[in-house]
Amino acid sequence: MRKQGLQIAGFAAVVAAIQLATFLTGNVYHLTQLTMSAYYSLVVLGLCILTGYAGQISIGHAGFFAIGGYLSALLTTHNFSAHGGRVVSGLAAMGILARRPDLYGGELLTVHPWPACILAVFAAVAVAYAIGGPVLKLKGHYLAMATLGFGIIVYRIVLGTELVGAADGIYDVPAFPLLPGIAVSGKSSLRVMNYYVAWGFVILGMVFLMNLVRSRVGRALASIHGAEDAAEAMGIPTARYKLKIFVVSAAFAAVAGVLLTHYNGGIGPSESSVMKSVRYLAIVAIGGMANLWGALFMSLILNYLSLRGYFGSFDDAVFGVILILIMLFAHEGLLRRQLLDQIRGAVIRRGGGDDP
Amino acid sequence: MNLDLFLQYVVAGITYGTIYGIVAIGFNIIYNTTGIINFAQGEFVMLGGMTAVTLARVLPLPAAILVAVLVTTVVGALIEILFIRWLRHPSVLRMIVITIGLSILIREVALHIWGEGVRALPYFTGTSVTSIRLGGVYISPQVLWVVGISAVVVAILGGFFRYTLLGMQMRACAANRDAARLCGISAKNMVTLSFMLSAGIGALGGCIVSPITYVSYDSGVPLAIKGFTVAILGGLGNSAASAGAGMLLGILESFSVSVLPAAYKDVISVAILLVILFVRPSGLFGSAEVARLKEF
Repeated sequence: MRKQGLQIAGFAAVVAAIQLATFLTGNVYHLTQLTMSAYYSLVVLGLCILTGYAGQISIGHAGFFAIGGYLSALLTTHNFSAHGGRVVSGLAAMGILARRPDLYGGELLTVHPWPACILAVFAAVAVAYAIGGPVLKLKGHYLAMATLGFGIIVYRIVLGTELVGAADGIYDVPAFPLLPGIAVSGKSSLRVMNYYVAWGFVILGMVFLMNLVRSRVGRALASIHGAEDAAEAMGIPTARYKLKIFVVSAAFAAVAGVLLTHYNGGIGPSESSVMKSVRYLAIVAIGGMANLWGALFMSLILNYLSLRGYFGSFDDAVFGVILILIMLFAHEGLLRRQLLDQIRGAVIRRGGGDDP
Repeated sequence: MNLDLFLQYVVAGITYGTIYGIVAIGFNIIYNTTGIINFAQGEFVMLGGMTAVTLARVLPLPAAILVAVLVTTVVGALIEILFIRWLRHPSVLRMIVITIGLSILIREVALHIWGEGVRALPYFTGTSVTSIRLGGVYISPQVLWVVGISAVVVAILGGFFRYTLLGMQMRACAANRDAARLCGISAKNMVTLSFMLSAGIGALGGCIVSPITYVSYDSGVPLAIKGFTVAILGGLGNSAASAGAGMLLGILESFSVSVLPAAYKDVISVAILLVILFVRPSGLFGSAEVARLKEF
């Protein structure tokens, strides 16, 4: 437990140091991309636990991200005042619908971000439950194709539906007041606060997942990854554990989708594209597959570089090349957990000399 | 819906269905010799179509298509030699991720060579408005080209696997890799050959269909997913059934347009894929017992 606490504290220090560095060098605007990286990292962490630890590949996680983001965006921008009726006024009285001024001085009656967020995440979780059962029965190619298919369906639906803006997506999404005084918003005056809020979410998620990995559930997942039939024979309800972890990982993606949508003030269909899902997978792979910290650091670095446009027009190609290289030369993952031990072992052996 | 309209939908469905069948056959050839699903299969189709369009500016059409098919075949061979041949006992997960990476890489290279524009070969005979009237149905001559060439390809492929020594060697590898190697067959060369065949057939499919469907750098993925749907529908590894399943999917898709907005056309075929995977992963024509023994 102490080791875990130290790791978290160390990471928090890194986050603070980055903020300090941008402040001292006068590059505060970099925090915007770093904040976005934090939200993408939430998706990556969720996928890491599913693919890295439990060994279940998913090429459809952008779909869950989009379900969360789109639903929250739709509910908080759709004007209900035109609908009238008792249901709408009832919801307004309960505080679920809230009035806010629009850009042109008029008044909008939209769902408050909190209920919208809860509903959006709940919807993603429900979808994950519904498709998780049959999808997770599949293995290998079929599992990959089924999750890819799910991602494509979500992408095609958001791209083809006028209600969610088709190719334009949804914009003018309001800020998300988490607590009094704390809001997820892209305003430049709130940039530093949002940076810490975003990484705060990541740290919370990290603590949750680290505890999960060390628990009974984590050990069950590792056994499923190793040999599913053997795990089943040992009395581990593999199907139930796989479904649970699939839902947890979908929830991570949906929360990230909701928060990033409110931060950016909008969402477009590209967020649900296959390429995004592949990108998350590439980051998990380069992070070392079953290595939460590796995935987190690679996500921070790669998302930041990509969002700042360092890869130029080779943005997607970079992630494709990463995938190929990792799988060809280091398919256990680059930053795998055993790596440190192996290096230590090699050094000791050479230093000891008398080892057979 | 009157009969003529019905038949018109069927014709449109058969056109698209043929190309799905061609992609599915490409999947099957590689799957049979290696047990790998090549996620970059759709990229071969795109590559063939794009190369042919570029070459058609300087070469006569048949020569452009021939060269495009050869170029894609070489690309297929290179991919196998560079990325797959030297791996020892790669896991399924590893192969999936590598071929996904390759598909992205080929697509990005195509984007940098050809840009985002949508291209097409000229119609083989006549123009886009030429049509032949059969009963109450209008058929573009290109549809006849697509169906005709595909039928010839399938026939030649069947003959190749059945009667030539090379074809029989490939089948031996598919049936039992170790036993084939004991008989002195180079399994590795057969795998390279399967990638070449699969790339060549995909490229030819991309050429013949491009006047109707157009081709752009990103047209590979939708084709791959539909080809895969068809391959599963017919039972993975069964090329004859793929041709039939391709028609079925094409026709279902073309009728879906009359019920749902056209933007959801892809949703239909992917939904069919999911249903098949959930309900009957052995395919419509495959046997469940055989499927259980296969390694996915």
